[in-house]
Amino acid sequence: MINTTGLTKTYEGGPEAVANLTMSVAPGEIVGFLGPNGAGKTTAMRMLTTLLKPTSGSAVVAGHDLLGDPREVRRRIGYVSQSGGVDPAVPLGEELEVQAMLYGLSRARASARAAEVLALLDLTGLETRPGGALSGGQRRRVDIAFALTHRPVLLFLDEPTTGLDPRSRAALWDHVRRLRAEQGVTVFLTTHYLDEADALCDRLLIMDRGRIVAEGAPAALKTGGRTLDEVFLDLTGRPLGQEAGA
Amino acid sequence: MRDTWILFRHSLRVSMRQKAGVVFGAVQPLLFLVLFGPLFATIGTWETLVPGLIVQLGLMSMGLAGFGVVFEKRSGVLERLRVTPASRLALLLGRVLSNAVTLVLQTLLLVAAGYAFGMRAPLAGLAAGLVLVVVLGTGLAALSYAIALTMNEHLFAPVMSTAVVPLVLLSGSFLPMSMAPGWLDALSHASPFRYVLEALRELFAGRYASATVLTGVAVAVAFAAIGLLVGTRVFGERTA
Repeated sequence: MINTTGLTKTYEGGPEAVANLTMSVAPGEIVGFLGPNGAGKTTAMRMLTTLLKPTSGSAVVAGHDLLGDPREVRRRIGYVSQSGGVDPAVPLGEELEVQAMLYGLSRARASARAAEVLALLDLTGLETRPGGALSGGQRRRVDIAFALTHRPVLLFLDEPTTGLDPRSRAALWDHVRRLRAEQGVTVFLTTHYLDEADALCDRLLIMDRGRIVAEGAPAALKTGGRTLDEVFLDLTGRPLGQEAGA
Repeated sequence: MRDTWILFRHSLRVSMRQKAGVVFGAVQPLLFLVLFGPLFATIGTWETLVPGLIVQLGLMSMGLAGFGVVFEKRSGVLERLRVTPASRLALLLGRVLSNAVTLVLQTLLLVAAGYAFGMRAPLAGLAAGLVLVVVLGTGLAALSYAIALTMNEHLFAPVMSTAVVPLVLLSGSFLPMSMAPGWLDALSHASPFRYVLEALRELFAGRYASATVLTGVAVAVAFAAIGLLVGTRVFGERTA
């Protein structure tokens, strides 16, 4: 579903934010990108979602070349950014309908699809509410609803549960698991919550200073009875909560 | 085209929910009309002043259009739309066309007020003038969006609202630049808005095939083309 070769991003005058990223994600996998703030997770994700042009390297995402055919990549992926994308002033149903129409659905089908994704994420009844009137947990689910309007085969989630209370986090994890189980959606997510990575992901890529420093299933990484925290500390020399540059 | 239409309708619906905002956008030129117009009418005509106020309105309304995208950038809406297959031109044009409709409504309001004060212009001249203002405004709004995406978001409003003032004055909105001293007259020739305003005044006077009108039309079309080109490029490239 994702294959990258030497994907690199260097910002002008700065160090490599992502260096020589070579990895692959199989269809139906839930893969977590783990690392502290500034490790390059979001930069990597923004490249894979066509929002940021790589400095070098190549990638095939959802069967299409990232650089040569970005529009076809966009047709097949869903993306939930760190900051979300809910307009605080627009009724939810209306905005979901517009989102679906931008993927080629007719108005009637877009309206039906909006109702479907709202039901899927337990948001039915909120159609007329503007984004600004929703709770944090509801807004995050709406973000996912936007990303699902066109039935993507691959879903990118950038720190999907940051700022949510434990109950909302657990509910969101359930939704992600159901998406994979019921619709076969491949999920690629970034997080700096170790419990989230442990509970949700089939495989983890641990990133530090723009590079992947370890890769494997959570259980396989926790060798010798170590916790993921300890694994991370051993690999990077500092706890997960710390900034990458610190 | 379809994406542009979808985004245009959406953007327009959002704008029209704030009807007070549409009216308020025309308040400043209306105040000039009411409080400065009678004074101006002692030395000039309403047919000279109202086109000037229309250009002032266009500069303020479309020049600050980019402010909308600053909010969309902050809320993440723009980024969400950039991951859809919608073309970058559609993301820009949908907004710009919605701004153009708002400008038309505001201009009609201003023209109606001008009529109430005694301005008289042929219907064909008014219609042609409206088209000219929309063409100019389209380019201006596109440039405004490009600036909003490249500039620090906290600087956009103060910088643009300040930049609009000399552009309005140099266009000859309040007094024809032919009355200005040589250096100021020469300086104002560098502003595309002067040519468009002079063409607008000709159209309001019922003169349609003059060199002034042709120049104004050419300048407006060229300005719109450049604005859309720059705007589309920035929309495509910027990490919004």
